[in-house]
Amino acid sequence: MNTIRKFAGIIWLALGVFAGYFSITSIGLPKFASGLAGNQSDMVFGIIMLFILTPLIVGSLLIFGYYALTGEYTRNNDDTTTGNTGS
Amino acid sequence: MSGNNSGIRKVIGASSVGTMIEWYDFYLFGSLAPLISTKFFPQENPTAAFLSTLATFAAGFVVRPFGALFFGRLGDLVGRKYTFMMTLVLMGGATFLIGCVPGYDTIGFLAPLIVLLLRLLQGLALGGEYGGAATYVAEHAPADRRGYWTSWIQTTATAGLFISLIVIMTTKSAMNEGDFNDWGWRIPFWISILMIGVSYLIRRNMHESPLFAKAKAEGKIATNPLKESFGNKYNFKFVLLALLGATMGQGVIWYTGHYYAMSFLKTDCKVDALQVEEMMTWAFVFGTPFFVFFGWLSDKIGRKKVMLAGMLIAVFSYFPIYRAMYDVAGNGKRTEIAEKTTVEVKRAADKDNPKDTVLTTITHKEFTDGAVYNETQTTVKLADISKEAPKPRVKAATVLPSSAFWTLIGFIFIQVIFVTMVYGPIAAFLVELFPTKIRYTSMSLPYHIGNGVFGGLMPAVATYLTTTAKGTATATGSSDWYLQGIWYPVIIVSVSFIIGLLYINGKDKHIND
Repeated sequence: MNTIRKFAGIIWLALGVFAGYFSITSIGLPKFASGLAGNQSDMVFGIIMLFILTPLIVGSLLIFGYYALTGEYTRNNDDTTTGNTGS
Repeated sequence: MSGNNSGIRKVIGASSVGTMIEWYDFYLFGSLAPLISTKFFPQENPTAAFLSTLATFAAGFVVRPFGALFFGRLGDLVGRKYTFMMTLVLMGGATFLIGCVPGYDTIGFLAPLIVLLLRLLQGLALGGEYGGAATYVAEHAPADRRGYWTSWIQTTATAGLFISLIVIMTTKSAMNEGDFNDWGWRIPFWISILMIGVSYLIRRNMHESPLFAKAKAEGKIATNPLKESFGNKYNFKFVLLALLGATMGQGVIWYTGHYYAMSFLKTDCKVDALQVEEMMTWAFVFGTPFFVFFGWLSDKIGRKKVMLAGMLIAVFSYFPIYRAMYDVAGNGKRTEIAEKTTVEVKRAADKDNPKDTVLTTITHKEFTDGAVYNETQTTVKLADISKEAPKPRVKAATVLPSSAFWTLIGFIFIQVIFVTMVYGPIAAFLVELFPTKIRYTSMSLPYHIGNGVFGGLMPAVATYLTTTAKGTATATGSSDWYLQGIWYPVIIVSVSFIIGLLYINGKDKHIND
């Protein structure tokens, strides 16, 4: 199971890149461009996509994927805790 | 034991009432957004005005994570009780003031600016409230019943939305439509100050959380909660796990069941707005007890199993449910009773430009299944024909017969059950994931990013996907354009489910650390 957890990290990294590409090129930039041409609603939506949603989605998926790949989420079979004691 | 139960009930009561009022305040704005837009934003372009309000709505959600950071830090430094007292007063004050701001017609650009600022303050306050209340209750509750007791806090978001709808409907029914649109909409905002006052008095007499008080007495509280929460890799990985494996999916399911269902019925199915609000109210009434049931169940079989089951069922059910809702709403599939159709045309001078003429066409249709369709089309005929006339405005809605009404309540209820499955146990789950000294900060941020950002933007993204599909439906021959918005919750919840399944352990119920 730990092997799956580690290698699934590649999927999260890829998903982060894909999500970033899709949200910037398919939604964010076209909407922002339309906003610059005078469509107020598109401007708002474009800004939200480019500067809020995209960095959050991409950033969290990339860091999570990296942590997964480097084994941060592996655990022992007898480990019954989440392991977080704030240490 | 009964003494302990009595104590925890007081804690639950005081915490839940305050949190519910904060949700009431927050959702009031969203529920009245179309009307508020005509008051505070330039009225020349109704669409722009409405979207401006939506933008304000989104701003309310986007600042929630900042509220989580600001008040979370304060809660881990000063204490849970004082922090969520502050958020309560801040929220109540901002809500009351929104109800007092003069309209755009009176003070011009200042009106939308003030409303936007007050809305931001609401978002900040909400960002700080939930984590405080959930932590406070969890730190009082016995380990074997933590899911059950904290689930009462989880009912407050739905209850707040429910009460906001009830107050709006009651105010609407107590006056004529003109008065409500003119000034009556302010009453629900003013009522907030009374609710907040009562809640403040109840909370004032509560004691600090025993775990925090103990940690403070022992000098074990964090000196820099933000750094220890997010600068410490060991803790940060749990913050990410909480976000991607739980709150992201949970937030989107919450907004799909509560807001998108409502928007879908009103906008895509053209069902009468008041009738839709009644449906939502009934579904909430029937569904809310299940928050407590699934909270209780999570104590028995584990938080992870209950939450992930909710996500999985939701992913596979959304498309069939929304297709069925569209069909039950009867779009284009009814038999009209031709002899009962009436068309009335009214002609009047334009109030603003008396030389222009306003044509109002009111169409009334009845159908064999008992549904009634009303359409009002307003067209302005300009005296100066060299100018381009504005586009006609069409307001159409169908009042559904009883059978369709109750069937749709059933479909909304099923979605509320998904919400209760993922949302009922989540406070206990988040609390158990982080240690006492940084619990408020660490659990608040993923909760508000998951709910505020991923969930809060769900209606906007789904509406965008649906509108885009509708625009190209004629060219592509697609007949299921109305389902395209569902891809957003299906994809996000699927990702959250897989991450939760693989990485969440969920066996730790120890919070005295």
